[in-house]
Amino acid sequence: MLENTPLIELAGVNVSLGHGARASHILKDVSLSVARGTTVGLVGESGSGKSTIAKTVVGIHRPSSGRITFDGVDLTSPGVSKKVRRRIQLVPQDPYSSLDPRRTIAQTLAEAIDPVAARVGPHRRRILEALEMVSLDASTADRYPHEFSGGQRQRIAIARALAVGPELVIADEITSALDVSTQAEILALLNRLRRDLSLTMVFISHNLAVVRALCDEVVVLLHGEVVEHGQVIDVFRRPQSDYTRRLLESVPGGPAFRLVG
Amino acid sequence: MADQRKRIPASLIAGLVMLAVLVIVAVLAPLFLSGAATTIGPESRAQPSPEHLLGTDSLGRDNLSRALVATGLTLLMSLAATVLSVVAGVLIGGLVWVVPRLLREIVLRVVDSTVAFPSLILALVIAAILGPGTVSAVIAIGIAGIPAFARITSNMTAAIAHKDFIVTARLLGVPGIMVFARHLLPNIGGPLLVLIASSFALSLLEISALSFVGLGVQSPDFDYGRLLNEALPSIFSQPLQVVGPSVMLIFAGIAAMLTGDGLAARMDPWSRGRRRRARPVPLPAAPSAVPDALLEVRDLTVTAPSGADVVKGITFDIGPGEIVGLVGESGSGKSMTAMAVAGLQPEGVAVSARTMRLGDLDLVKGSDKSRLARDIGLVYQDPGGTFNPALRLGGQLTEVARVRLGHSRRSAHDLLVKSLGDMRVRNPEERMSQHPFQLSGGMLQRAIIASSLVTNPRLIIADEPTTALDVTVQAEVLRILKRINRDEGTAILFISHDIGVVEALCDRILVMRHGEIIERLTAAQLRAGEVEHPYTRALLDATPRLTEMPVTPEMLETSKEIPIA
Repeated sequence: MLENTPLIELAGVNVSLGHGARASHILKDVSLSVARGTTVGLVGESGSGKSTIAKTVVGIHRPSSGRITFDGVDLTSPGVSKKVRRRIQLVPQDPYSSLDPRRTIAQTLAEAIDPVAARVGPHRRRILEALEMVSLDASTADRYPHEFSGGQRQRIAIARALAVGPELVIADEITSALDVSTQAEILALLNRLRRDLSLTMVFISHNLAVVRALCDEVVVLLHGEVVEHGQVIDVFRRPQSDYTRRLLESVPGGPAFRLVG
Repeated sequence: MADQRKRIPASLIAGLVMLAVLVIVAVLAPLFLSGAATTIGPESRAQPSPEHLLGTDSLGRDNLSRALVATGLTLLMSLAATVLSVVAGVLIGGLVWVVPRLLREIVLRVVDSTVAFPSLILALVIAAILGPGTVSAVIAIGIAGIPAFARITSNMTAAIAHKDFIVTARLLGVPGIMVFARHLLPNIGGPLLVLIASSFALSLLEISALSFVGLGVQSPDFDYGRLLNEALPSIFSQPLQVVGPSVMLIFAGIAAMLTGDGLAARMDPWSRGRRRRARPVPLPAAPSAVPDALLEVRDLTVTAPSGADVVKGITFDIGPGEIVGLVGESGSGKSMTAMAVAGLQPEGVAVSARTMRLGDLDLVKGSDKSRLARDIGLVYQDPGGTFNPALRLGGQLTEVARVRLGHSRRSAHDLLVKSLGDMRVRNPEERMSQHPFQLSGGMLQRAIIASSLVTNPRLIIADEPTTALDVTVQAEVLRILKRINRDEGTAILFISHDIGVVEALCDRILVMRHGEIIERLTAAQLRAGEVEHPYTRALLDATPRLTEMPVTPEMLETSKEIPIA
């Protein structure tokens, strides 16, 4: 596998939601690329369009213009096969709404492996492997979501994404609903996974410190536009845009934070 | 919790027992009584006698036997009609959520317009078209019930159709029909069952109504409605003839209704048994140990309705003009502590303390609500949820000033406009006439702070006030709180899960875990990482930090402004 060739590339992507006069332009000419094996953080405040990028890449939203190329395939063309789409997996934000309360963990994972039949039996081994990858033991499989804490549910959601065998994982604010100690565990888990599985990851967060702890590169978004894109170390040490600087200065406990003045 | 879950509502038991009785009657009556019910006897319209407890009808058939034998047909017809309404209604209402949007809109509009039509009228029209008869009555009532079921199913499905697990299933490539069968249907199953029970009761009445007006069951068959129809001509000479079918009809209707009510009660967690109010252990009042403190709390225990202590006898105080942070993870009891101090613990939660006072105001007795409301200002986590979305901000923001301080509408308005201006809300006059949704989260949070300040409170309790806000907005709100504290000398109890935020704002920090204060720190200690307790250490280590920041000389200068207690 070639390092540093982009696995996914967005070129001049525009997304508008709503119809007619009430349409709002959410993504404005977004261009960015994610190299194989790297983790890129998308940061921005509410309304910056970071989640819209994730939803557009997985096909929930359709761009009005621009190209999204995944491993040489244009994702915006109408005839993209499900097989290609399955190579990109999204882990949603809210661990309390991402698992069907009426289905066991094994059934949930079985559906990810075989969406049509969704039978546990033939895939039991693969299900247990996926659970093991996120450090959950085999007894997890036959239990229901309500028996698990937020952090454990988020692990299960990650396991579901991994069970598909994806090349690109998009994690949309997956630690923001968690306590800090649980968040730290999930971050450690993601760090281990991307190393062991050589995953390519897009990590969406409003929390700059979290992005710094996990990502190689960071993309800063403001009102649907990319205002800065670079290596995490460079951007955090020498932010080029005023907005990035303001973001960094706003983090309480950060060195540039000023409470008075 | 566990024993509450097992408790079955009395209405459900009663309903099921009554339904069982009906089923037994429906099965046994035709076996033993069909002779008496259909054989034409010599005594027409006989008065009650030991052989004929309810007398006989115009053809000398036993009225009681006929009423009992009619049960089977009536129940079967109601059941068939209900099944038709439910199956078709659920399929329509559920499947619209897995078809393209345009088709969904069209189907739902059609359903809406048929719902507007009274179902019995619809049934009458259909029955008139199909012609009288048992099957046509069932079809008429069944079809007439479809729109309501489709509408309700669609509403229930809509509530979960946008949940992440549905979206994820679709992204994984699960076919629409399987999304419906696997995820949507099971998740609306509970409430659906309740509706089926009440729909059965309705079908029962409508079927009987159709038979009564002659559009349903035809002689020689008979159901309750048909019996009532036959009893009508002789209602004055043989009034007892209506008693049998009427009583049976009411009995069956009540049985279905009770079952539905019982199912609903069983599914609704709020009505599960009576909630017992947890009894606090009364503690002897103690004299103040720290008379200089503004807020003094000694041995505060908060007990949940389950009997578990969520706050376990904690003691702390806040000096005048001090900012104290309460930090901990979910379930640590930090919010409960704050609510107990403000006297706002949820129903069923018991609070006890040896001492809890704000200045000279006794918070344990909590008798002086009006002073409490003036002396404590509250700021909550979700600024959007604090306001009534339907009302303009002006009325809501001035409520405290009008109710608690007795201001006129005009002067309360002026007071708030000034206060909003102090919070650096731009165009405060205009904001007052806007609705909550027209303001951003940060703006609303500043408006809440502004309104809580008009009473000149001595203590502000802020429960995760910046958690829902963007980081740049959070910084603004923190600065505002700090400014209020500095300019007005208002003390602040600041609750947060974010140790970085607490460290930046507070003079002293209390670390809570499992209802206890496990460590007390000054901001300087926290900043220098001088913590003793392993849990505090773990919290600090778990918090991702922005190290390696550009630090310019001017920043160093301004950061000196952060006052350290």
